[in-house]
Parts: sequence; structure tokens; C-alpha cells
Amino acid sequence: MSEQNKPEVLKMELEALSKNEEFARVAVVVFMARLNPTLEEVDDVKTAVSEAVTNAVIHGYRGEGGIIYLEVAVIDQEISITIRDTGVGIPDVKQAMEPMYTTDPDGERSGMGFSFMEAFMDQVEVLSAPGEGTAVTMKKKISG
Amino acid sequence: MNQPHFTYEAEGHTLIVHLPEELDHHNCSGLKYETDLILSENYIKRILFDFSKTRFMDSSGLGILLNRYKQMALSGGTVAIYGAGAQALRILKMGGILKLMKLYDSKEAAVTG
Repeated sequence: MSEQNKPEVLKMELEALSKNEEFARVAVVVFMARLNPTLEEVDDVKTAVSEAVTNAVIHGYRGEGGIIYLEVAVIDQEISITIRDTGVGIPDVKQAMEPMYTTDPDGERSGMGFSFMEAFMDQVEVLSAPGEGTAVTMKKKISG
Repeated sequence: MNQPHFTYEAEGHTLIVHLPEELDHHNCSGLKYETDLILSENYIKRILFDFSKTRFMDSSGLGILLNRYKQMALSGGTVAIYGAGAQALRILKMGGILKLMKLYDSKEAAVTG
């Protein structure tokens, strides 16, 4: 087995506080630097992570706090990121992923979070169950 | 003491909102309250969002821009943007914002309209 095929992994547990949104996206892009991403790829991943972590803070934990589990693995120029919460879960994932769909009554939220994750990453998978939480796994090939 | 995320400047009936470096959910929290207050106490016809310090924005930034646009459209006012860098521009384009708000290169151009 060559070194290349062994995944390198970052695991973190973060409190679901809005101030950790920036910390999470910066930590992931610093970790991905080993893949020599382009600036655009860095921005893509940064934005996708920001969306998923913000969802966990606002929706998963309803702004009341909890733990966000962040796991990043890189193997053969691919980055795989999982952001998981044990919050309220999403009753209808398909509906939640529709562009402009939002549950926010104030209208301050654009409803574009999942659309951005899908636009900026190659693959987005959402597993969720009401009362159990949500896990978002996103993958992207990095040109290097 | 937290640093203020947004600073405001008035030019006649134009309100200039200087946006923070990171325009995310965390930093957007005070904007609605602050702009609501300013708009209720002043006659504002136009809002200009200054992106010149902003290095990152996500859909939370988009949300607050859209809401200010709706608010201004109700009273016949307009919203414009200046100083947006590459990352912010991509998000603005993808969010369809540039169909709703004019984009300027500089503050001078934006103020003149």
C-alpha cells in the first residue's frame, strides 16, 4: 500500500455557537491546503462548510446550542467533509433542499444554503431523522 | 467589548452600510435591528452596501441583502452595491442579486448613481 491511498483525517467537536462558523470554515480550508487547491476551490469549500455549520447552529439546534461534529478526510485529491448535529432533524429533506425554501419567519434567511453546498461541491448527501439530528456529507475533487 | 460589525454613513438620503470582512450568519445578527432603526428615524431613499472590506460571504449575507431590498422596494427606494471582490461577486451572481441591485466599482460612482 502506498502512502497516497491512506486517508488523512481531521476530527473536531465544536459548540454550536454562531462565532464558531468562521472557525469551522477556516479550520477545514487550512487542513485542505495539503491538496494544493486553487483559490476558487478554497472559496467553494469554505462557503459549503459555512452553510452546513450555520444550518446546524440555526436549524439543528434552534440557536440553543449543542455539539457539532466535524470530520474531514482527504484521499487521492478528494476532500470529504461530514458535518453532523444531534438536534431536531429535518422532517422533509427534499423540501429543505429546494432553492429559496426557508422556515425563517423574519425573511432574513435566503433559503440558499443547500443550493450553495450543491453548487460548490461535487456531491452532497443529507441524512436526517426528526429528533435524532442531521448529517451532511459533501465531497469534492481538488485539482491540485 | 465586541467590535461593531457594521458601520453606517449617511450621504443626503442615501445610507451607506459598510459590511464586515466576513459576511456570515454570526456577523449579520445585528443588521436587521440596526437598519430598521435607522430607516424608521431617517428619510432614506437609497441603501449602498460597501463590500470593499468583505473577503467572504455566504447565503446569510445574501438573506440580509434580499430583505433590505424588499424593505426598500416597498417604499419605492433602491439598493446598490460597490467594492465587491471575486468571492462575494460569485455569491451575488448565484443568488440573482445583480438583477435587483446595481453594481458599482467605487463609492464615488455608487453615490453619484
